Amino acid sequence: MTTGTVPTQERGPATAGTRGIAAYRGYRPPVGMLSWALHRITGLGVLLFLLLHIVDIFLVGYGPETFNELLFIYRHPVFRIGEIILVAGLYYHAANGVRIILIDFWEKAYRFERQLFYGVIAVFLAGFLPTAFFMIRAMVR
Amino acid sequence: MQVTLRIQRFNPETDTKPHYREYTVEVEPTDRVLDALNQVKWYQDGSLTYRRSCAHGICGSDAMRINGRNRLACKVLIKDLGPKITIEPLLGFKVIKDLVVDLEPFFAQYRAVMPYLINDEPPPTRERRQTPEERELIEDTSKCILCACCTSACPIFWTTEWLGPAAIVNGHRFLFDSRDRATEERLAILNQRFGVWRCRTIFNCTEACPRGIQVTHAIEQVKRRILFEQS
Repeated sequence: MTTGTVPTQERGPATAGTRGIAAYRGYRPPVGMLSWALHRITGLGVLLFLLLHIVDIFLVGYGPETFNELLFIYRHPVFRIGEIILVAGLYYHAANGVRIILIDFWEKAYRFERQLFYGVIAVFLAGFLPTAFFMIRAMVR
Repeated sequence: MQVTLRIQRFNPETDTKPHYREYTVEVEPTDRVLDALNQVKWYQDGSLTYRRSCAHGICGSDAMRINGRNRLACKVLIKDLGPKITIEPLLGFKVIKDLVVDLEPFFAQYRAVMPYLINDEPPPTRERRQTPEERELIEDTSKCILCACCTSACPIFWTTEWLGPAAIVNGHRFLFDSRDRATEERLAILNQRFGVWRCRTIFNCTEACPRGIQVTHAIEQVKRRILFEQS
């Protein structure tokens, strides 16, 4: 192998379960791995909503009637609950994003990696719980 | 005390996929997992295959997954694990037999960062001196024993081909060495698509390192060096 390249590993029965997404199940996740997994899942969730949002804004092009008619989707209880989950995802992704930036740029952040994650959880709860309360109250009314 | 070892077995000549076998062994609480494995191999089932050499946490041969986390079998005490212990091979590599994995891709990553001193200046008449402060910069990353605990604990390594934590730690060791002169070449290697930027600061490597190296910190130091020196 020449300097500066990375070998491609062979795939087959001998690497089944040890390489690829299947490997995630084989490791008892430390806190850092949980924070990373949640960051990815919430990131994908927010992206999914963003795509949906782009589609519904695009529908304005077909006239205000079409747009207003389709707004019933957003009033559906399933979508309202989905919105609460979206807000949860946003709060977590934002707070953990700040944690990642700190780890990247603050020399001493690696010493407080776990504490920073607990801080993320605290910020998440402080933001999400009141928001969820108001959203659920508006939904029930 | 009696402990039950649940060991992942795989014989490439007879098995199509790995399976688990349980062994009950009599050990002292202060024994190490390696002692329990030896009990199995020497007195119960000689076909059990695993690597071990020095048995004192220096050679890095017996890295394996113990209760789902990468550890050296010769450094983990039975009393810290309880009566049921699951032992599996390292993730991310081809299993050759039982707990033995093919580490060649790991050493290829290691060679990729040129893990040796490069200095074309005329050799001094005496040794190349360093100040204690200069030595301090590479103190942590010099401790690496290449056991592969960090690299095979990395979720990015399980799914993607990249340098992996161990190779970056060894790149860091020479990158931050005041006597080394290949800074630019090494930074160029580490700055590639499969280099340090694949790190997502998951910290699994730091958690797994049996030598207590702050692996993620070392990777972050390399990232910052590339960012601030090469731009």
